[in-house]
Amino acid sequence: MPDAAGCWGPEPGADAVVKAAWDALAGVMDPEIPVLSIVDLGIVRAVSADADGRLAVALTPTYSGCPATGVIVLEAETALARAGLDARVSVVIAPPWTTDWISDTGREKLAEVGIVPPPHSGKRSLTAPDEVIACPRCGSTDTRQISRFGSTACKALHACNACLEPFDVFKCH
Amino acid sequence: MSTDLKEALFGYTLRLGDTSLVLGHRLSEWCGHAPELEEDIALTNVALDLVGHARMLLTYAGELEGKGRDEDRLAYRRDVFDYRNHLLVEQPNRDFGHTIVRQFLHDAWAVELYERLCASTDTTLAGIAAKAVKEVRYHVRHSGDWLVRLGDGTDVSHAKVADALGRLWPYTGEMFERDEAEQALVAAGIVPDPADLKAAWTARVEAVLEDATLDRPADGWMQKGGRRGEHSEHLGYLLAEMQFLPRAYPDATW
Repeated sequence: MPDAAGCWGPEPGADAVVKAAWDALAGVMDPEIPVLSIVDLGIVRAVSADADGRLAVALTPTYSGCPATGVIVLEAETALARAGLDARVSVVIAPPWTTDWISDTGREKLAEVGIVPPPHSGKRSLTAPDEVIACPRCGSTDTRQISRFGSTACKALHACNACLEPFDVFKCH
Repeated sequence: MSTDLKEALFGYTLRLGDTSLVLGHRLSEWCGHAPELEEDIALTNVALDLVGHARMLLTYAGELEGKGRDEDRLAYRRDVFDYRNHLLVEQPNRDFGHTIVRQFLHDAWAVELYERLCASTDTTLAGIAAKAVKEVRYHVRHSGDWLVRLGDGTDVSHAKVADALGRLWPYTGEMFERDEAEQALVAAGIVPDPADLKAAWTARVEAVLEDATLDRPADGWMQKGGRRGEHSEHLGYLLAEMQFLPRAYPDATW
């Protein structure tokens, strides 16, 4: 579970090998939004070690058809092997990924590169159409949605009526 | 799970997987051809989600069948008569309005279905549904909004979607068909009752049609046969394109 700062990582008191795995995974970047690590994105669901120190890592896809999933699994396996860890990576689909699992650090990183981070959903799974979204460049709340579907499955395209710049919004999911 | 029930669930999962795959492929045909860039991206994004659902469903169908067929084997090595998708989703794209009507009629069904399947006593199916429902809710808003925009738009756009609605309506009855095998699944709490589904779908569709100033067509003759592998002539052409590579180069791998 995430800690007080909203960061994912090993449970307190976890084995050294589990901690090492989380560290290695924190260095794997999402191929489509390379400012976010897969840990920031909240798609590392579980890391556990058996008695012999052999690791089991569970990842979850963001969207069902996300074409990056295969690459992410491969890169996670590579990073774990490079760290000298004996790990098996599997993909789990339940419970379904939600943008609520994006860490606070991840949200800050998104905002820094001009992608509006998703709001916390509560019970909603979609961005409400009447939601006020501030332009990440000039801060104006006079913005409009250009397209529900953006450059990746997880984003929508908006534009600012004040500074006229288009920008990406991470969809609440 | 009893053998009969497992076989019934295999059939159900295969139908759902095939329906997602065929519609996903149809939508992907819009890539590079949609009336505007945003819609090109939207339709192919929806296609991607649907192909993702198909992958999960066909993988599970293969496991239930227990004959060693994986998602690729099921998708690429079956001919028309072995496909179990709804006839609605294999209908050609024609114009953008026709594509939107087909999509909305399907999305309205899919959202009601997946919402109910989240409570399935089969945990794998419930897990797939919980994943899919979030995406399908987004799809139905998109296709529904477009249907209102086109129906309540110009005379030309209204006429085109009204025509498409009349053309596609006879394919909607099949979505609520049920046989003995499916009845057993309903009784076991694995899948929802098609009768409940139909009531929810009808309410959803009628509300949007009203906003779109479109008349709901009368339920007349309904085309059926998808679940028995009796398809329209369109599916063969779709499969010929989709399956070309693995049929021409059967051992090709990435």
